[in-house]
Amino acid sequence: MTKYIGKEMSRVDGFAKVTGKAKYAAEFKVPNLAYGFIATSSIARGTIRSIDTTEASKAAGVIKVYTHENFPVPKPATATPANDTSYKALHSNKIIFNQQPIAFVVAETFEQARYAARLIKATYNEEKPTTDFLGLIDKAFVPNPERAARPRGNPEQALAAAPVKIEGTYTIAIDHHNPMEPHGAIAFWEGNKLTIFDKTQGVFMVRQHLATTFGIPPTDVQVISPFVGGAFGSSLRPNYYPALIAAASKDIKRPVKFVYTRTQMYTGNGYRPQSWQKVSLGAETNGKLTSIIHEGINNSPFAQVYTDNMTGLPRVLYACPNADTKQKIISTDLPQPAPVRAPGAVTGMFALECAMDELAYALKMDPLELRVVNFSNVNPDNNRPYSSKALIECYRLGAEKFGWSKRKHEPGSMREGKTLVGWGVASGLWNAAQLQASAKVVLRADGTAHVSSGTTDIGPGTYTAMTAIAAEYLGIQAEKVKFELGDTKYPPAPIQGGSFTTASVGSAIYGAAQNIKKKLMDLANKADDSIFKTAKPEDLELFNGTLRYQKETAKSVSVSDLMRKNSTAEIEDTFQASPGAERQNYATGAHGVQFAEVKIDPDLRTIKVTRVIEVSACGKIMNPKTSHSQEIGGIVWGIGMALQEATEIDHRYGRMMNPNLQHYHVPVNADILDVETFFIEEDDKIVNPLGVKGMGELGMVGVPAAIANAVFHATGKRVRDLPITIEKLL
Amino acid sequence: MRPFKYTEVTDPAVATRSVAANAQAKYLAGGTNLVDLMREYIATPNELVDIKPLGLSQISPTSNGVSIGALARNSDTANHPLIRKEYPLLSMAILAGASPQLRNMATNGGNLMQRTRCPYFYDIALPCNKREKGSGCSAVEGLNRTHAILGHSADCVATDPGDMANALYALDAVVKVRGLDGKERSIPVNEFHRLPGDSPEKDNVLVHGELITGIDIPKNKFAARSYYLKVRDRASYAFALIAVACAIEMDGDRVKQARIVLGGVAHKPWRSTEAEKIVVGKKADKGTFEAAATAALAGAKPLSHNAYKIDLSKRAIVVALERALAG
Repeated sequence: MTKYIGKEMSRVDGFAKVTGKAKYAAEFKVPNLAYGFIATSSIARGTIRSIDTTEASKAAGVIKVYTHENFPVPKPATATPANDTSYKALHSNKIIFNQQPIAFVVAETFEQARYAARLIKATYNEEKPTTDFLGLIDKAFVPNPERAARPRGNPEQALAAAPVKIEGTYTIAIDHHNPMEPHGAIAFWEGNKLTIFDKTQGVFMVRQHLATTFGIPPTDVQVISPFVGGAFGSSLRPNYYPALIAAASKDIKRPVKFVYTRTQMYTGNGYRPQSWQKVSLGAETNGKLTSIIHEGINNSPFAQVYTDNMTGLPRVLYACPNADTKQKIISTDLPQPAPVRAPGAVTGMFALECAMDELAYALKMDPLELRVVNFSNVNPDNNRPYSSKALIECYRLGAEKFGWSKRKHEPGSMREGKTLVGWGVASGLWNAAQLQASAKVVLRADGTAHVSSGTTDIGPGTYTAMTAIAAEYLGIQAEKVKFELGDTKYPPAPIQGGSFTTASVGSAIYGAAQNIKKKLMDLANKADDSIFKTAKPEDLELFNGTLRYQKETAKSVSVSDLMRKNSTAEIEDTFQASPGAERQNYATGAHGVQFAEVKIDPDLRTIKVTRVIEVSACGKIMNPKTSHSQEIGGIVWGIGMALQEATEIDHRYGRMMNPNLQHYHVPVNADILDVETFFIEEDDKIVNPLGVKGMGELGMVGVPAAIANAVFHATGKRVRDLPITIEKLL
Repeated sequence: MRPFKYTEVTDPAVATRSVAANAQAKYLAGGTNLVDLMREYIATPNELVDIKPLGLSQISPTSNGVSIGALARNSDTANHPLIRKEYPLLSMAILAGASPQLRNMATNGGNLMQRTRCPYFYDIALPCNKREKGSGCSAVEGLNRTHAILGHSADCVATDPGDMANALYALDAVVKVRGLDGKERSIPVNEFHRLPGDSPEKDNVLVHGELITGIDIPKNKFAARSYYLKVRDRASYAFALIAVACAIEMDGDRVKQARIVLGGVAHKPWRSTEAEKIVVGKKADKGTFEAAATAALAGAKPLSHNAYKIDLSKRAIVVALERALAG
């Protein structure tokens, strides 16, 4: 019986967050602080001909104005790695995207820096930018042919021979992350040691970046990021501003703080690239897939390769002997894209799952039944069995909760009064990854514990989950556990992304707790009359402050007594957890299904997503409360992507035209109606000892397709272009 | 933002004198639009005259209707019992706009003065005749999905973003303005905003320094049958793609009087007297409403990305009139 794992637990950091006690990167108090603000380019491509900072330099409070002409480019001891093609601010006069930084003003206050930045005048040698992605489809290319996925079977032949086939082209606009907290940082130097408070998904990643940039040992860089107000992939790489402000701080010998405006975030952190996909499906008349051909293209900067791998997961979801996927890019003069929640998967699954719906109609078959027919319990690329894949159970529960059996198949056949009603379904999947991670656990004789790991918590509830895991396996109350993260002074952990934190860091804490249990057993066994003389560590557990036999729980000793008796104030263990060898023999993944109901005004064609039922199978649910929150958030994201979100580019200028929350629409509360999430728990100790899989990304993967399919069901109109705005239904 | 001088005034005479004396001065009321524009460097006043201490926040019945203070808050106006009972169209329109937080700050006078949300107007790196006269219009051949289909010019295709004003147009409101000479003048709201022509920098007919003091709405018999319909990209906190403020007064089964105003289609709220004329004297049915909708859009000229607005406007007019009729 567990005390914490699988039980509802409120966020341990919730009180600090709602009372403002939780400090985000740019909120730390640092004396003698100077404030930076960037001025940005008005062109997308070309070079700066001249830049006049005279007026800005004279403005009140201005300490220094940096441009490419005077910026102290860090001189690392070793050359920048050749594969580092990331954008670096103020390194040259070259402009490679619109709203690129052209100057950095440092002043006594934020307002002074911002005003002075407006006074900078630049002239350019302007070149015509290329950003019209959809007009460039014939320019798409496979960036790394040697690494491209190979076809399985003979998909072309199978498609030609298929009695039923469909083909569709699917396009999705650029989407931005738009976390609540704007990116920001504070950097300062003490001698050659650099400290930076940064909003990031990976403190060790930023540390390595800054150490390389400035040619100093990583141990001379401390990166601190205890709270992150949402990131969604926007801080999975170092971004350009940490190096920028660290260099300025070194130059003016003062701490420098920098925070993006909302508009600057649009070109500062990447975005979900624009995409074009073509899917061809072939099937037998009984619905069995015989061929999947899926081509995906996204935009990428000229100087870099950014691939949004939108074909990787879709090609393994269904049992289909023949499949081919091609992943291409088109070079444009836009800034570098970035992973955005469920990167690649949500894009690719929009195409595949809309195509499956089209196939269902071509087959005159229920869309859910088509998915059941094509269920695969092995990865069709390598025939490895899934360690667990309760997708059929998800379909079954979801259909029951949604009332799917009452669905009428014909489009436009369901009405509520005059209102058009549409029901759609789509599957979702995501990886169940585990990365190497470490954690330190200190158990004290007073029954408290300090647990730490250099991971981050961008909002999913990592503080809470890690506290629960530590409390569970140390056998103490959660209130007695202090868990800390977001600092390079703690044991190394990977970035928080890809939904692998609980599996990775949680396994490290679990491992450390197991070692502590063993150390306690050894301590007990110093006494001749120890009851654990013949015990194996795996026979024992820590529970309610005791070390005891799992089976004969009455045979126990008090941990506090044991430690005091041995004059042991604390026992610590630092554990590095790595993926288990057994995983190699299996396919692993998290799966789920989304059912969506839309209601569409017959005259105005306005769409409401009135109901979404989501069922996810992602291993053990550590904390139902935060887990449901994750999945609800994923649904909200999916609704936004399906109906509202789009970053608009004026191709004449190569410029984003709606970089703010008044013009870029994300769902508001009034857009979110009935949303219910369920879990089918899987008992899977192969993925990791805790049996957990990722869920943060999974929750949104199928949502846009489910909604688009529901829109088709309501109206008979197949919209293959997201977002589905009103004019597409008129 | 540009550094500026800030003063609070308690006397309207001092207010108008201060602003009139400085071409770069502006009145500050709720600030919900102006402060944003200052942050983005679109508005660069060097002096703000804060008029909130002037009061002007009454919502009171008069012998001929209601007098609403320029500085009454949008939220207070929309929720006032008199407005809800006698002028529900105005209440609906205000509540369709912005967010509760913004409506709590925004004033009625300020609402009439809010500027377009054209994205090119908001981006100081790009040409915009409204922001910088003579620099050109980026929207006319750019991203203009949300732009005007009626009354636009080669120099400007921006739309008025307001909701409240659409209702005021339908209700024949009168804007009370204090002139530089201290005298009050009355401007029928239908003549308050202007079409862009070759001077899109001017949103309305006010002279620099003139101060809106209030809005009068005459009595009417529309309360039983009026409707504000707003079609937008999300359920709240989005500007109208198309809005319709409409009101009907019936005489038996015939329409005695009607008001049909479109929002989101032009540089000002677009009252269609042509559509109103078609409805008056007719049976209030779908055929009549469709004929009115066709008439209202007869002169529409779509841009490259907003042809859908013509169809959507027609649909919206019919739906709004049907809902108004249903009461």
